[in-house]
Amino acid sequence: MIYEVFRQERKGQAFAHAGSVEAPNEEFAEAYAREQYGRRGESTALWVAPRDAVHEIDDFADELRKNYHRVDGYPLKEKLGKARELAAKGPRGLSAGAG
Amino acid sequence: MDAREQEFLDYVQGGGQVETEDWMPDEYRAKLIKFIEMHGNSELMGVLPEREWILRAPTLQRKLALTAKVQDEVGHSQLIYRVVEDLGKPRERCLDDLISGKSKFHNVFHYPTKTWGDVGVIAWLVDAAAIISQKALLKCSYAPYARIMKKICWEESFHILHGRDVVLTMMLGTDEQRELVQEALDRWWGPLMQFHGNPISREEDPMYVWRIKSQGNEEARQQFLDGYVPQIWELGLTVPDPKLRKNEDDVWKYSEPDWDELKRVVTGHGPKTAERLELRRTSREETAWVRRAVLAEAA
Amino acid sequence: MTDQVQKILEIADDELILGWRNSEWTGIAPLLEEDVAFSSIAQNEIGHARALYERAAQELGTTADELAFDRSPEEYRCSRLVQLRLVPDWAATIARHYLYETADEERIGVLKQSEDAELAGLAAKIDREEAYHRMHAQMWFERLHDEPRFKAALDELQPLLDVRGEHTPEFATLWEEMTSVRRSLAGATW
Repeated sequence: MIYEVFRQERKGQAFAHAGSVEAPNEEFAEAYAREQYGRRGESTALWVAPRDAVHEIDDFADELRKNYHRVDGYPLKEKLGKARELAAKGPRGLSAGAG
Repeated sequence: MDAREQEFLDYVQGGGQVETEDWMPDEYRAKLIKFIEMHGNSELMGVLPEREWILRAPTLQRKLALTAKVQDEVGHSQLIYRVVEDLGKPRERCLDDLISGKSKFHNVFHYPTKTWGDVGVIAWLVDAAAIISQKALLKCSYAPYARIMKKICWEESFHILHGRDVVLTMMLGTDEQRELVQEALDRWWGPLMQFHGNPISREEDPMYVWRIKSQGNEEARQQFLDGYVPQIWELGLTVPDPKLRKNEDDVWKYSEPDWDELKRVVTGHGPKTAERLELRRTSREETAWVRRAVLAEAA
Repeated sequence: MTDQVQKILEIADDELILGWRNSEWTGIAPLLEEDVAFSSIAQNEIGHARALYERAAQELGTTADELAFDRSPEEYRCSRLVQLRLVPDWAATIARHYLYETADEERIGVLKQSEDAELAGLAAKIDREEAYHRMHAQMWFERLHDEPRFKAALDELQPLLDVRGEHTPEFATLWEEMTSVRRSLAGATW
């Protein structure tokens, strides 16, 4: 069976996929992962999981202009320019720097 | 080449990365498997010349360092064969092809190690030649392979230091020890110069075209000479090539390596090829029962 | 030589020779993953030997390397069990590994109680590393305990556990191999 191994290099960091080992069961997989990814103190922690427990998702639907909840949905440059111009003119009781 | 293949080629040549489940042209997959498999074979066969010296290391420190180095090489072959397996060729078939001689491994692992001088020279210079190629592979278009190269390069860095330490200690020792180093260097220089392969231009090298390799053979060799000839000369060692020098254009010039020897050796006719493949074959047979017992359906 | 130093040398010699024998599997173990794991065990054993030799060396006015390599074969105090060359027999190798680690736990346990704080501390460190050896041995024991050749190996090797004194003929060959480079240039630094 193939087991995937994820390693954390230093405390606080994310666990990243490190590789895989072949083993008959969880116990062997842990022993082998420990040696292959930790014998030199290069990892503070490992996660070991059977390959078929890990599911990949790589398709996402983003068809209908969903930029309302992303930063690129807010190009403010033009509006900001006009608002500043308007404030600088002063009428309607507005003046730059007030309030 | 059809449109889809051309698109893929443009993609990898533009620096694109490929994952295991991505579509890839048959030719790319085949070349990839062949290249990566040869690397795995080389790590596994590279173990054998050094193993002999694990049992004859003259201090506890050297014993530990050499055992750890060889352990790393076995570990590398594990990483590499896993990548090949995920591309579609199981480990056992790779081992079948290695043992039968159908697939190849690098020239340097077909030669004998005669003295403790060899142990130092190999760890220092053979590993150095290998790490130059391996650093270039960090940019391989096939991402799973590029990723394991990071771990491999990290582990190799201690190998070179260990090799250099062994050599320096001998160079600071007795005349006999210095002679051991020089004699080993004299024997290993030829294979080292052949290691990076004959100087076909990278545009003619399919491995470069598909961006499996990111550098040409001659480029790698020049880097090796640049890095290591000064290190050799500064110790008072001589390189057994009277033509070796850097010219006005900063290019290393040298006697033409024996490309016939390289071809003979990698096609299975090196001095130690048969003996080492035989050792692989017998140890594999002797432990087959263990794999059957262990890899059988877990209880 | 005090009793304590003799005991330390006995354990160190066992660890050195067993580590040496276990390192013979590096590169040719049954599984690549196992090759890496078992090599760590061999390295640990030699590391333990080194630490113990260093301790003995302080009292004897010598060095760890001199104790490990420069004594004559008769001066080594290792058990007959560790001297045996078991490659390519994985069943016997695991049988020895299992028997040795079980017995060693007791021996190191005694050392952990030593009045000598430094020695007790060293024993504690060794024990923490050997915890992984014991886990590994147990893991394999569970996997192989139904295999006839494994059961036979356990029966055959068990009696040799603490037999010391006369060495096996294989020990002389091992000693020759271990010391060949050092003897080729006596006194040289490697």
